Parts: sequence; structure tokens; C-alpha cells
Amino acid sequence: MRSTSSRNRTSRAARAAAAVLAGALAVSLTACGGDDDNGSGNEQGGTGQETGSTVTLPKLNGESLEVAAVWTGAEQANFKKVLAEFEKRTGAKVTFVPAQDPIINFLGSKVAGGQPPDIAMLPQPGAIKQAVEKKWAKPLGADAIKELQENYSQGWQNIGKVDDKQYGVYYKAANKSLIWYNNQVFENAGASEPKTWDELLTTAQTVYDSGVTPFSVGGAEGWTLTDWFENVYLSQAGPEKYDQLAKHEIKWTDPSVKDALTTLAQVWGKKDYVAGGATGALQTDFPASVTQTFTGGDQPKAAMVYEGDFAQVNITQAKAEVGTDAKVFPFPTVGDTAPVVSGGDAAVILQDSKAAQALATWLASPEAATIQAKLGGYLSPNKNVDNSAYPNDVQRKIAKALIDSGDDFRFDMSDQAPQAFGGTPGKGEWKALQDFLKNPSDIAGTQAKLEADAAAAYGN
Amino acid sequence: MASTQAAGGGAPPAAPKSRRSVTGTRRAVAALFLLPALVLLGALVVYPIGYSVIRSFYDQSGDGFAGFDNYQALFTDDGIRTALKNNVIWVVFAPTVATALGLIFAVLTERVRWGTAFKLVVFMPMAISMLAAGIIFRLVYDQDPDKGVANAVWVGVHDTFAQSSAFPKAHPGRESPLEAAPGGGFITKATVSAGTPVTLPLVGVAPDQMPDDAKRAVQAKADPDGITGTTWQDFTRGKGVGTLGGVDASELGYAGLRIEAVKDGKVVASTNAADDGTFTLPAAAEGAQLRLPPDNFKEPYNGVDWLGPSLVTPSIIVSYIWMWAGFAMVLIAAGLAGIPRDLLEAARVDGAGEWQVFRRVTVPLLAPVLAVVTVTLMINVLKVFDLVFIIAPGSSQDDANVLALELYRKGFSEDQPGIASAIAVFLLLLVIPVMWFNVRRLRREVRR
Repeated sequence: MRSTSSRNRTSRAARAAAAVLAGALAVSLTACGGDDDNGSGNEQGGTGQETGSTVTLPKLNGESLEVAAVWTGAEQANFKKVLAEFEKRTGAKVTFVPAQDPIINFLGSKVAGGQPPDIAMLPQPGAIKQAVEKKWAKPLGADAIKELQENYSQGWQNIGKVDDKQYGVYYKAANKSLIWYNNQVFENAGASEPKTWDELLTTAQTVYDSGVTPFSVGGAEGWTLTDWFENVYLSQAGPEKYDQLAKHEIKWTDPSVKDALTTLAQVWGKKDYVAGGATGALQTDFPASVTQTFTGGDQPKAAMVYEGDFAQVNITQAKAEVGTDAKVFPFPTVGDTAPVVSGGDAAVILQDSKAAQALATWLASPEAATIQAKLGGYLSPNKNVDNSAYPNDVQRKIAKALIDSGDDFRFDMSDQAPQAFGGTPGKGEWKALQDFLKNPSDIAGTQAKLEADAAAAYGN
Repeated sequence: MASTQAAGGGAPPAAPKSRRSVTGTRRAVAALFLLPALVLLGALVVYPIGYSVIRSFYDQSGDGFAGFDNYQALFTDDGIRTALKNNVIWVVFAPTVATALGLIFAVLTERVRWGTAFKLVVFMPMAISMLAAGIIFRLVYDQDPDKGVANAVWVGVHDTFAQSSAFPKAHPGRESPLEAAPGGGFITKATVSAGTPVTLPLVGVAPDQMPDDAKRAVQAKADPDGITGTTWQDFTRGKGVGTLGGVDASELGYAGLRIEAVKDGKVVASTNAADDGTFTLPAAAEGAQLRLPPDNFKEPYNGVDWLGPSLVTPSIIVSYIWMWAGFAMVLIAAGLAGIPRDLLEAARVDGAGEWQVFRRVTVPLLAPVLAVVTVTLMINVLKVFDLVFIIAPGSSQDDANVLALELYRKGFSEDQPGIASAIAVFLLLLVIPVMWFNVRRLRREVRR
């Protein structure tokens, strides 16, 4: 009995091995095919196009570079096209290294391993500062600085500086003071774009009366909630307090925070104002929060969704047309002026070389930005990017607003805070605001929790 | 091992001489052969463990000695305490349930004609990576019944027994004659009287969500002998409320809405609105207030909050069991094949029922296999990470936390390598007794 079973086993094992081998062969064959295709594609691209350019780049044949960023999906694909153009112009080879949030810790392990990428896209001014303090970042060379000064306003140059030395090129910006709405729903309800917070509440009520839930909130990821808060706070408490709170110079138990949370509760706390209720919103991730606003014809799950310009990528994925199906209005004025909260990703050199400097210069040029601008879902702080490069009216409107705001924007507060407080799922500000969304009447408790977490993270 | 023992026992007289002369070379050869394994083990296992232990005594930056601070943080930090609690739940439930299910499947499939096919199906989830399983179950548990199959089933069952209402979101609009009634629903502010038609305007139901039989609302005619009125959706698509509190051309009646006339807290008359929203109440309702009972506005049942704070850990454990019950089943089935048939037959001949055979013969004989499966799964469960990381949405990740996930979060997103190392060491300490048990069992097995 035992012997037969063992014989069976060998024959079965042999068959399995044969199958695995065949599979491996097939895989390697297809892999070869794939490589060939890619190779010829690149060559064709290389010989095919000639463009007159303003930015001068050195010839870098044989050089290879690594660029790390946290971008995924369409955003990553679009950025790779910008890198491909650089490859074509210089002959260098650029590899995109997908990184995880928070990228600064990802880089930490890469640096510890002795192989940092040549350039990393850092999303926060705090991260650039950290990279400089740890002596990872290398200052920009003369060429890159020249390109930067030609194309960027002083404000955008300054947030890439540490101790008066230029380290970062803000390649990508985000305008996080926008509310997207489903045009069909607004027309059905006879609602209009609000300018102030009170008008927003009226609009919300009108939409609700028409039979559609007014807001979609992607509460599964805490950052959408911190962005809501920041807009309300910046407009209501003013830029000075905003800066102080960002540095934790005033406590989260400050009355201004209480006011902002109270205001926020007028939307988050009202029954039926948030799609799926609080529990539903807490399980809705950001892409879903956008899609559910723009699918479902006359009866979408919600009429409005707050988030930055990058929401367009998801709107397009929901098969809705930006500018006709999906429209946008700036975040309404809560206090004296409308808030402009922005974000962005800066290219920072980690391994200094001619090629790395050239790539930084390229990313500071209007041409690089124009390539990605045309593909949509991208906003450049580069003032020399032609407004017509953006694919639609809405994009042009957002881009114009950002460039026109000049140096009056404020950077995302949670991005300026230490990671443990402002950027960790299920912790700190993210978690506190998620709990607040679940229980909007507990303002004092939320403040106390925010302050306790902030004190621990800032260490003061 | 048994054979070397036997050989050693068989040839004692010749041993002393040869052993002394070759010992030196033998050691050298042994060392030479062991070297590659030792180097690999040292570099890949011993060194990382040692370094983790050392790192756990240093502070965040790795420069200053921190003593036991990191371990103190381990037992004071709320997040880690939840993680610890959840790990205990995991270790207690996941391996036992998976093993029990595996045992049931193994015993039952032995008697079914299509047993192999069934086994194949149960085992199939093992072929899926944890990550893919996580993504699958993230969808299964989705709150929206249109996406999550768990809630789709749950809501389907629920709705066959309890119908939801037609107007869940209806509510009084601006300057409405209605107000919220104590105990739910809405009630008129004023009393009604015969001869004056009542208007009960509501808003919040879109035209496509109206019941199919709803018709254009009609202003009720006055009737001196009874109370008449209209209840309708006071909102015209594209135009807002139109005439506030008045019936506009395209507005629809609330067909079937229940209306009660209440006097001194008692219902004196009640009726349902017609398709055009009109209704008539007998004269007995004179001087009563009209109430729209809460049944009209019952929210559609939304299913279970699988991934909410309270259910998230059990939900993830279920997905784990889905994956690993097949593993348990295969091992147990192998053990089952090794059980001497004659023992079972003997028990049956002696008059034991099937249940008794299972309880008194099969399970005791399988005990060693069951122990191995449970212990292996325990080790596996202690380090569970991927399923929790993927299935739990950010908002309840804290509630679903386990030690391995907390290790990752502390080490890679909060930049606290010291505390992360302390967690790693702690996890190692937790695994050691289980491993020791397993190794001891294995050794006993070999000896036998």
C-alpha cells in the first residue's frame, strides 16, 4: 500500500514539475517578447519627434537615474510620459521607483541600504526640511535654479528652500479648496453655486429637499477630513492662526478650533447630509467618494464632494465629463476671505550628479509641466505653463486661480505636521477627525484628543 | 536518527580506538559541512534577531540608550494594547475554528462520492495570496448592498420579512405646517376642521424614487362633512419648491402615505392617501391634529456594519478561516487515511453509533494531527498582517489592529524603530513557547 502511494507521488511530482517548467518557459518567452516590443517602441519614439525647446539639457547617453514618488495609477502613468520625454532628449535612462506613504520613511530605508534614488518627489515642506537635516538632500545647481527663477513665483520658490538654500522644485501643485458638484443634480434642484458658508448650507438644504443627499465624504482615509477642517479653519480663523496651529504654537484646545469644528458639524452632523451616514462615510475611500457623486444619473449617492483638483482623475474614471457633468466651485468663505489651501510635490535631489541636476532642471521647465498638464489631473505651479495646455475649462479655471493667488496660498496643515500626527492612517489628526465625523456633538472631546496627540507628536 | 542509535549500539567494542584517532578530522569535516548553513542562518536569522533585540533598547534616532523605555511604551500605548487584545482573540478563535471546520470537512468528504472535488474547492483559497484574499473580502464586506455580497444577502433576507417604506427621506420643507412629532414622524402644528382642505407638503423624495402609482398631486376639494386634504412632494424638478405650500403642476402626490388623526394622544381616525395625494377623513377627526406616523419614513435597512469597530476583527477572522480551513482539512484528511480501518470497524461491530465512533475513536486517534495543525495555525496567526492591513478601512484599522500591523505602523509610518523592535522582540517571545511545543512534539514523533 505504501509503495504504490509513493510511486503515485513520484509520477505526480514529475508531472507537476513538467507543468511548472513549461509554465516558466512560456513566461520567459512572453517576457522576451515584451522587452523587444518596448525596445522598438522607444527607438521609434526617439527618431520620430523633434521639438523646439526652451530648456537646454545636456547629452546623457548611458547615464541612468531613479526617481521615487508615491504616485499610482493614471498619475504615475502620466508622469512616466514626462520622464520618457527626458529620456528621449538626453539619452539617459530613468526608472520610476514606486514608493509608499510616508515617502520620507521609505527613503530612510533606501538611504540606510546605501541606495537612495537620485531624485525623490517629496510631498511636504516638512519632509524637505527633514531630508536636509539628515543630510540626504543635495542643493540644486545653477542651471536648475535659473530655470526655477524664470518659471516660479517667489512663494513657490520659498517653500522649496531650507536655510536660504534651494533644495526643492515644486513640480506638482494641488488646489485643495474646491467643491465638485454633480451639475445634473444642481439643475434638478434649482440650486446655485454658493459663495459663503451660509449659502453652502442653503444649497445643501435645497439639494436635500429635492431628494438627493448633499455631501459625499471619503472618511475611510483621514486626509480628506483634515482638508475639510483646514479650509474651514483657514477662512474662519485667518492665516496667522493657521500658521500658528500648523507649528503647534497654539493648542488644539484653542477657541478658534472649537469654532471651526462647530462649523464643520453643521455639515457632518446633520442627519442625512452625508452619503451613507457617518458609518457609511467612514468606509468610503476617496476614489469611491468621488465616483458615487458622479454616477447614478439623476439619483447619485450625493451631490457634492469636497477635494482638490486631483479629484478629476476619479471623475473621469466615473465616465463623467469634467466641465459639463461635473462642475466645481471654490470652497466658500467661512470668515473674511475664501481659503486657498494648497499642496504639492517637490523634486529633491538625493544623489548629486549631472544627470540628476538635468532632470531637476527639466522638471522645473514649462515644457515638462505642459506634457502632464495636457493629460489632465495635474496642476503646475509653474507660471509659464500656458493656460491653454489644460484640457478643459474647469482645469483652466483651477490653474488660473492657483497662479493668480500668487504668494497668498497656505500649504496643507496636516502635511506640515509631524507624520505621526498629520499623516498616519488610524492615528492622530486623521483618527480624531474620523471619530468626530462619527460623533459630531463631541467637540470638546475631539479637541482634547487632538491636543493630546499633537503634544505627543510635536514633543511639546 | 533511529538508525544511528542502532548502529552505535551494535558496535561498541571497536569504537574507542577509532574514535580517538579520527575525532579531530571528523570535527573539522563536520564544521566544514555545517559552515554554509551556519553562515546563512547567522546572517539571515540570528543577526536580525540580535539586532532587533539591541535596537529595542535604543531610542527613536538610534543614538541614545533608552533602557526599558520602549518596552514600557509597549504596555502603556493604547494602540498596542488593542493590538495585543486582538491578537489574543485571533490566537484563540482562528486556529480552533479553522481546525474544527477542517476536521468536519475531512471526515465528511471521506464518505462523499465527490469528496475529492469538494476537497479541491475547499482547498482552493490556499492558492490565493493573502493580499488577493484581502481585496476579495474587502469587497465582500462592503457596506453598500449593491457591492458587498455579505450585506446583499443580509439585506435580502431582512427585507423579505420587513418591508422598507416608500418615503425614507421625506421631511417638511421651509415654513411647513408640520413639525417633528414626539416618537418620530411628523404632526401638524394646528388642528384641522371640516370644510377647510388641509395641505401636508413634504420634500426630499426625488421623482424617480416616488412609488410607481403616484400621480400628479391635486388640491383637495372642501367637504363640509369630513376632513379633506393633500399630501405631496412640494418640489418641482429644476425649479425648487415652486409655490411654497401650494400644489404645482408637475408635483406628485404621496401615494399610500398613512395619515392618522390624533386627539389627546389617541388615534381617532386614519386613512391612506390616494395616488394623487388626496385623502378624506371622517367627521370624527374634527379638531384633531394630523400625524404622519414614523412607519412612513422608515429608512431602508442598510445591512450590518461588518467593517465597523465592533465587528471588524471577527469579520477578518472569518476571511482567514476561509483561506486556512482547506489547509487544515488536507492535513487532517491525510491523518485520517492513516487511521487503521479495523479499529473503526471493531467499534461499529461493538454497536457504537457513528457519532460515538467519531467522538471516541476517530478524534482521539487524530489528536496528534489536530495538535500539529492547531499549533501551526497559531504560529501563522500570531504574525497575521496582510489581511488586517488590507481589509480594515483606515477608520477602523485601530480597532482591528494586531501586533504585526502595529509593528509596521510604528516602524514605517511613525518612524519609531525602537518601539517597533520592542514589538518584534515581544512577538518572538510569544511565538517561542508554541514553537518549543511543536519542536518537542516533532522530536517525540521521530523517536516513535
